[in-house]
Amino acid sequence: MPRSLLPYFLVLQRLGIALLTLVIVSFAVFFATALLPGDVAEILLGQAATPEAVAGLREAMGLDEPALSRFIGWLVGLLHGDMGTSYVNNMEVADLIGGRLSNSLRLAGVTTLVSVPIALTLGICAAMWRGSIFDRVVSILTISVISVPEFMVATLSVLIFAVWLGWLPALSYGVDVDSWSAVLRAYAMPVISLSFVVSAQMIRMTRAAVIETINTPYVEMALLKGASLPRQVLRHALPNALGPIANAVALSLSYLVGGVIIVETIFNYPGVAKLMVDAVSTRDLPLIQSCAMIFCVSYLSLITLADVIAVLSNPRLRR
Amino acid sequence: MTPVSETTRVSEDTKPSGPTFVFNWVGRVGLAVILFWALVALAGPFLSPYPPGEIVDWDYFGPVSSDYWMGTDYLGRDIFSRIIMGARYTVGIALAAVTLACTIGVVLGMIAAVAGGWFDMILSRFLDAYNGIPSLLFGLVVVAAVGSSILVLVLTLTAIYMPGSYRFARALAVNINTMDFVTVARARGEGTPYLITREIFPNILGPVLADLGLRFVFIVLVLSGLSFLGLGVQPPNADWGALVRENIEGLSFGAPAVIFPSVAIASLTISVNMFIDNLPTRIRDRSE
Repeated sequence: MPRSLLPYFLVLQRLGIALLTLVIVSFAVFFATALLPGDVAEILLGQAATPEAVAGLREAMGLDEPALSRFIGWLVGLLHGDMGTSYVNNMEVADLIGGRLSNSLRLAGVTTLVSVPIALTLGICAAMWRGSIFDRVVSILTISVISVPEFMVATLSVLIFAVWLGWLPALSYGVDVDSWSAVLRAYAMPVISLSFVVSAQMIRMTRAAVIETINTPYVEMALLKGASLPRQVLRHALPNALGPIANAVALSLSYLVGGVIIVETIFNYPGVAKLMVDAVSTRDLPLIQSCAMIFCVSYLSLITLADVIAVLSNPRLRR
Repeated sequence: MTPVSETTRVSEDTKPSGPTFVFNWVGRVGLAVILFWALVALAGPFLSPYPPGEIVDWDYFGPVSSDYWMGTDYLGRDIFSRIIMGARYTVGIALAAVTLACTIGVVLGMIAAVAGGWFDMILSRFLDAYNGIPSLLFGLVVVAAVGSSILVLVLTLTAIYMPGSYRFARALAVNINTMDFVTVARARGEGTPYLITREIFPNILGPVLADLGLRFVFIVLVLSGLSFLGLGVQPPNADWGALVRENIEGLSFGAPAVIFPSVAIASLTISVNMFIDNLPTRIRDRSE
C-alpha cells in the first residue's frame, strides 16, 4: 500500500471500529432495557394480571421469540425510523422525541458556539503565559470545575447569577418566547452551566497541546531569532497544535452528553434528556431505549470525529 | 573485600530515606480531608447531634443556627446530621465500587498482558466498545431496567469503571512484560500466575493505586449525579447527591440545605485530586 494512503486507511479503520462499537452498544442497551427487567408483559399488566392475560399480551408483543431475533427486529426498525410505541401513553416514540430533539440540539449548539471560542482563547493564553498568575487562576478554576459534579456547577451558577446577583431568572421558562431578550434570558442559565462543564476540559487540553508544541526546537529557534512571544505562539506553535486542539474540542464536546442530562433536569428544559429521566421514573422502556441510542450515537460520533481528526492532522503519517 | 563494603555503603547512602516520600502541604491538606471524611463515615452515629431522619424544626429550610449548625432541610430535619449519615453512603458505595472495579480490572489487565493472544484481543475490543456509552447514561439505563438499590448501584458503578482500570493496568503490564527480568523469569520456566503476582504486580502497584484514587473521584461524581436525578440512594436514606436533590427547591433563596451537601462532595473530590496530584512521583510514575 502506498504510504500516502495510510491516513485514509486508518480513518476507514476507525470508522469500522466505531460501527462495530455501535452494534455492541446497541446490544448492551437492548439487553439492559428489554431482557434485564424480566417479563415486560407482567410489568405492564401489574399485580392483578391473570396468567392468561400475561400470555396473551406476551404473544401480541412478540416477546415469545428468541432474544436475538427480537434484537435484530428492533435494530432494523430503528434504522427505518420506527422506534416503537411508548408503554405509558401509547404514543409513537418518534413523535414524543421529535420536537424535544431539536430543543436539545439547539441547547448543545448554542453552548458549543459560546464555549469553543472562549475555551480556546483561555487555553492558548494560559499556554502562552505559562506559570503566570493568569495561568494558575485558570488552572485552579478548571480543575475545580472538573472535580465537582455537573449539577454542582449548575446550582452554583444559579446561586451566583440568579440569587446573589439577581441578573437572570433561576429557571428556564420553556422555549416559546418571542423577543430576543426573552430568548437570551431563557437560555442564559442552562447555557452558562453547560459551558462551564464543557470548557473546563477544553481549556486544559488546549493548553497542554499548545505547550507541547511550544517545547519543540523550531519554536525555540523562533525565540532565538527574536520573535515576540505572541508571534512565537500564534505563528509558529499554533498551526502545528491545530490538530490536537480540534481533537480536544471534539472530545470535550462529548461531555455535553452527560452535562445535558443534568442541566436539562435542573432547569426543567424540555429536551431529550429530561424526557429520558422522566421515562426512567415511569419505566417506559421503549422510550428509554430510543433516547439512550440517541445519546450513544452522538457520543460515539464525537469520539470518532476526535479520532479521525487526530489521524488526518498528523502529517507524519503521510510522509 | 573493601570494594564490596564500599559499594554497600554507597548504596545505603544513596537510598532515598525520606525526601521523596514527603508530601508537600497541598497533598497533606488533601490527605487530612480524606481521613476526616473516612472517620466521619466510620463514626457517623456517634457524631450526629440528632437522628438523621427526625424532624427537629417545624420551620423548613431553616438558617444556620447554634442548634442546627448547617440549617434544616425541606422537612425541617437537621442537615448536619444528614450530611454525616450521607458520608456513609457516598464514601461507602464509592469505596466498594472502586475496590471491585480496580481489582477485577487490574487482574484481567495483567492476565491479558501476560497471556496475550486471542484472550487479550477479544477482551480489549469488547471493553473498548464499553467506552462508547457515556457513564451517566449507562447508570440511567441500568437503574431504569432493574430499579435502584445499594447493591445495584455498586455493581453498576463497578461495571462502568472496570474497563478503564483494565486498560490502564494492561498498558502498564505490557511495558513491564517486555523487561529483561520478566523474560528471565519466563525463560526459567515460571508460569503465568507467578509472573503476574511476583514480577508484574509489584512493579505496577504504585501507578495503579494513584489510578484507583482518580477513579474513586469519578465514581463519587457519577454516584452523586445519579442520586441527584433521583435514581441513586432512595429515601428516607440519602447520600450527598440525594441531599442536594431533596433541597433543590431551596436554591432560589440560597438555603444552606443545598449549599452544604454540595460543599461536602466538592471537599471530598477536590482533596482526593489534590492528594493524588501531589503524590511523590516515585510512587505515581514508578514504571515510566
